[in-house]
Amino acid sequence: MREITYCEALNEALRESMRTDERVVILGEDVGCYGGIFQITKGLQDEFGPDRVVDTPIAEAGFVGAGVGAALTGMRPVVEIMFIDFTTVCMDMIINQMAKMRYMFGGKGKVPMVLRVNIGAGRGTAAQHSQSFHSLFMHIPGLLVAVPATAYDAKGLLMEAIQNDNPVIFVEHKRLYNTKGDVPEESYTIPFGQAEIKRAGTDVTVVATHALVTEALKAAEEAAEKGIEVEVVDLRTLVPLDRKTILDSVKKTGRLLVADEDNITCGVASEVSALVAEEAVYALKAPILRNASPDTPVPFSPPLEKAYMFGQERLMQSIRNLMKY
Amino acid sequence: MKLKIDVMVDLYRTMKTIREFEERIVDLYARGLVPGLAHLYIGEEAVAAGVCATLAQDDYITSTHRGHGHVIAKGAELKRMMAELFGKKTGYCKGKGGSMHIADMEAGILGANGIAGGGLPIATGAGWSAKWRKTQQVTGCFFGDDASNNGTFHESLNLASIHKLPVVYVCENNLYGISVCQAKHMPISDISIRATAYDIPGVTVDGNDVIEVYQAAFKAVERARAGEGPTLIECKTYRWRGHHEGDPNQGGRYRAKDEIESWKEKCPIARLAGKMIQNKQITEKGLQDIDDQVVRAIEEAVAFAKQSEFPDLDEMYEDVLVN
Ligand SMILES: Cc1ncc(C[n+]2csc(CCOP(=O)(O)OP(=O)(O)O)c2C)c(N)n1
Ligand SMILES: [Mg+2]
Repeated sequence: MREITYCEALNEALRESMRTDERVVILGEDVGCYGGIFQITKGLQDEFGPDRVVDTPIAEAGFVGAGVGAALTGMRPVVEIMFIDFTTVCMDMIINQMAKMRYMFGGKGKVPMVLRVNIGAGRGTAAQHSQSFHSLFMHIPGLLVAVPATAYDAKGLLMEAIQNDNPVIFVEHKRLYNTKGDVPEESYTIPFGQAEIKRAGTDVTVVATHALVTEALKAAEEAAEKGIEVEVVDLRTLVPLDRKTILDSVKKTGRLLVADEDNITCGVASEVSALVAEEAVYALKAPILRNASPDTPVPFSPPLEKAYMFGQERLMQSIRNLMKY
Repeated sequence: MKLKIDVMVDLYRTMKTIREFEERIVDLYARGLVPGLAHLYIGEEAVAAGVCATLAQDDYITSTHRGHGHVIAKGAELKRMMAELFGKKTGYCKGKGGSMHIADMEAGILGANGIAGGGLPIATGAGWSAKWRKTQQVTGCFFGDDASNNGTFHESLNLASIHKLPVVYVCENNLYGISVCQAKHMPISDISIRATAYDIPGVTVDGNDVIEVYQAAFKAVERARAGEGPTLIECKTYRWRGHHEGDPNQGGRYRAKDEIESWKEKCPIARLAGKMIQNKQITEKGLQDIDDQVVRAIEEAVAFAKQSEFPDLDEMYEDVLVN
């Protein structure tokens, strides 16, 4: 199969969706001739014109809210927020409007809108351009949340997000944009709520998201050399959460490590841990471990930022600790 | 109003310092010594220099992602700025903030800001605070043309007008918000007319003419100090480089080469220098001496930054909250 980058896979999903469904429009800063600052919308304005691929002013509350209004009245807007950090300036539109309408209106109306954001530290861009607070959206009822870790998943999940009748927070990862993977040329969707076992194993379950899926796979490789068989579960969507795949895996291995880049307090890792503690505690041979980011803003200085982040090495340490039980 | 010679010399020195600082960053960034994002101010120096020259030491400013010029003009130390850009412990933010977050409470610098439009309400609050505390402090608030499309701009001007807050809102209209030209992000060409909606004075000046900027700011600061309320000053200018270092071809993806070149002809520094020479207010030698001093100061700042240590890893956990 053909290999393309995560970035190209997202671009393809947008292009194919726009070709087949003229209700799909794109709004965001610099998404037009510039192609989006991460090049996800590259070439789309050339193909679909400035009416369907719209460069907006710096007015997030305005254009995210406009997306909600357009979705409510029959369009399928895909709105890009340059960094997840900037969703804070339009939170009312996301949390009080986009997420709530269907419920408040007693099941009347729907908001088939995709809000694309990205997370991830490691680029030296400090506390307002490096955050990973995707768990926040998982906390809010009324939103679906997708977290693609591979190019294949990026395309299939974005196609699904656009076709889905619910509002979707589509969380991309900056460090993954240039990673490559096999991606079919034809259109396909990946249903939400289906985690994928990216590697099977019997000793330790690592539930991971985004770039940490790759890190977990590397750690699993390393562990295998020491005779430890790690199962890597990639959540793919946080809402809906594939509880069954998580629980089945833990029941098989008896050991759980959750790896996610959000701050550790009240993050994805906390939620998955709580789920397992409630539903599968008797299957556990060891305490649950979480590998997540410290509860501090992302520091700028390169050595501090490096210490803030973690990957294979830290995961491997946790896997070893779990195997002590 | 005619400017005194020493004021003009100071304006020249400030602009030259900003230019030299930024030009060094181009090189240091390319060599990987300054990581992250560097949004340079080259071409726009007259705005920061002209406005800050009308502010006192204990007056405040809020700045933007493109903040080096504002911070230098408000009196920040080059050494600690450069160290911050390197991510060193001796920097203004102990290396935790970097280019987009330089702050110095002693110099009245309430922070550069990574959020477009983020500084506007902060400036409004600083002005309100001065009024509540009954001081004479004025706040200068810098922001871009595209940031003036944000709700924070409109909410701030409205608040400041209702309460006659001592704030000078300075819009740096460099004609673009990243790749989006002004005509695509707003329907008007003079942003100063937005002041009308808030019943405050709005003026447009040539942002590459430091004297014009100074005069407009002087008047606005006087008005603010007298308790008469805020002013909106729009400075038309242009950034010579890309949105940030690394923007392909200095923004060539969305700007014509001719356009960029034509603005370089309007260099604010050459303009002031030319005028002063012509009026025999300074000699070539006099200018050269300033240039040499500036270059030396930047050299020292770079050396200081290079020699400084990175923070200890434990410092990551400090400063989240007041102890
Ligand atoms: C709320 C928010 N949205 C988007 C951005 C991304 N961004 C950074 S600078 C910029 C353009 C700013 O344009 P302008 O206000 O004209 O200032 P300039 O860069 O031209 O100095 C954008 C969109 C941001 N930092 N904050
Ligand atoms: Mg601008």
